[in-house]
Amino acid sequence: MKHDLIILGGGPAGLAAAIAAYDAGVRDLLIVERDRELGGILNQCIHNGFGLHTFSEELTGPEYAARFIEGVRERNIPYVLNTMALHVSPEKAVTLLSRTDGLQTVSAKAIILAMGCRERSRGALNIPGYRPAGIYSAGTAQRLVNIEGFLPGREIVILGSGDIGLIMARRLTLEGAKVKVVAELMPYSGGLKRNIVQCLDDYGIPLKLSHTVVDIRGRKRVEGVTIAAVDAQNKPIPGTEEEYACDTLLLSCGLIPENELSREMGVSINPVTNGPVVNESLETSVPGVFAAGNVLHVHDLVDFVSEEAAAAGRAAAAYLENGETARREIPVRFEGGVRYTVPSTIDPALVRDALTVRFRVGSVMKNRIVSVWMDGERVQKKRRQIMAPGEMEEVRLTREQFDAHPGLDDLLIRVEEA
Amino acid sequence: METVNLICIGCPMGCPMTVTLENGVVTGVSGNTCKRGDIYARKEVTAPTRIVTSTLRVTGSRTGAVTVPCKTKTDLPKNDIFRCMRALAGVTAKAPIHIGDVLISDVAGTGVDIVATKDVL
Ligand SMILES: Cc1cc2nc3c(=O)[nH]c(=O)nc-3n(C[C@H](O)[C@H](O)[C@H](O)COP(=O)(O)OP(=O)(O)OC[C@H]3O[C@@H](n4cnc5c(N)ncnc54)[C@H](O)[C@@H]3O)c2cc1C
Ligand code: SF4
Repeated sequence: MKHDLIILGGGPAGLAAAIAAYDAGVRDLLIVERDRELGGILNQCIHNGFGLHTFSEELTGPEYAARFIEGVRERNIPYVLNTMALHVSPEKAVTLLSRTDGLQTVSAKAIILAMGCRERSRGALNIPGYRPAGIYSAGTAQRLVNIEGFLPGREIVILGSGDIGLIMARRLTLEGAKVKVVAELMPYSGGLKRNIVQCLDDYGIPLKLSHTVVDIRGRKRVEGVTIAAVDAQNKPIPGTEEEYACDTLLLSCGLIPENELSREMGVSINPVTNGPVVNESLETSVPGVFAAGNVLHVHDLVDFVSEEAAAAGRAAAAYLENGETARREIPVRFEGGVRYTVPSTIDPALVRDALTVRFRVGSVMKNRIVSVWMDGERVQKKRRQIMAPGEMEEVRLTREQFDAHPGLDDLLIRVEEA
Repeated sequence: METVNLICIGCPMGCPMTVTLENGVVTGVSGNTCKRGDIYARKEVTAPTRIVTSTLRVTGSRTGAVTVPCKTKTDLPKNDIFRCMRALAGVTAKAPIHIGDVLISDVAGTGVDIVATKDVL
């Protein structure tokens, strides 16, 4: 079997990419999803707060997904469910596995990677003590409660203040569980401020910054944990230990893009994001292979995932029409606490009206200016009262700015003190 | 004069806002980037409300779903949240359900309906 375009993953990124590619003229395409339904992680994110930017209303995760699933159905874009992409060769042959069709190889002229991300596992966290039952990742707990209708515990401690942990603190409280504390290793929360307000403060759940779990008690089932303050080197400070009786420990320690398939096919991975290195067209180091959504870099807001994925869909359509073209690769340089940018390189000739460059900073910074420099000239600046690693930043580079700098060699994004 | 510091939950910008009150009456809001922030701040210091989201048990789904996600159709006074949640606990909905269907009307006498946020067939 052969298709022009195969989209790996049927979450918000895959759906928006498929719709945009279709609208740009691609007709022979296929979405591959391993789950029993489209929509990705949004199916378990039943809280509201999605789509404010796109639809100017606050939707829940399933409602937001439904709008895009509808868009796929209206266009009759084909998709397969319960089908896992096992392997992709550098020549873009995709090996699929499903219970009904067994193993199959399908080749594509272009591929969009939209596999999302997974949670960091506990192994990476290195907590001493036994491994009793009652320890879940926050995302697993979310699936148990919201999809399987099962409450994982009654007395809960959460380690990590990522958004999923915050959302689950509220969800479990509403279901009648007692969330005793949220401990965060870093001196700032990894989650959105609005989630601290409406998930913790609303319910009087304490957030302890610069704290971690140093011990887990219980042999068969968790019976309690010990939490201690940490110093600037993240080492527990003796004498600050506090005991909490609980039957469940949730770990909300961040997400990592899921790129096993990408690596196998030879896509270069950015060690900072754990996602593919991409150019302005969101094309990876393998020509004709594009990436968008959480597989590219972890997003907090689905609106930006949809926007990014639509750009990938249009770029894939252009690639199918024009094939590989000669291109420039001007690196996006960054300074002043910026950890990475997406994209990593830009060919100004391939930017249409504007290009959004997204990035994150490495620490909390107050009173800053985000500025963009082209060949040593500052072309734009914007004031930021506060910047934090938990919130993605963006700058929009316009066609006019590129036109004003023909033969651009040096592009710099810099965070400066105001 | 009394001042209250708030973070707007209207959108992910999370604007830090200051509300000033005179004898419990709001006299000013600052720090907000847009109108939504102003509305939120005034409501939050006088009569705070929230949208509540949850799930109900489901029977008869041909896709094997056991829950349907739902929400309050409009926001609910904060004090009514737990009363609303207790009313949801005993309810089972029957598939097929369509997004927007009213699953419980006037939940716990709050005047607010609970609607489905997903199709469950
Ligand atoms: C708990 C949580 C809460 C969030 N809260 C908010 C919020 O309040 N507001 C907001 O705007 N955003 C929120 N987000 C962010 C937003 O939901 C995500 O950024 C977005 O869903 C990412 O979309 P995606 O398509 O990249 O990934 P996903 O939704 O993860 O989709 C990836 C899909 O790919 C499939 N897949 C993976 N590998 C394979 C394979 N090998 N073969 C076939 N299929 C595969 C998966 O099954 C999945 O369906 C939240 C995210 C999480 C996790
Ligand atoms: S004031 Fe406006 S921009 Fe600021 S957080 Fe509220 S809704 Fe968002």
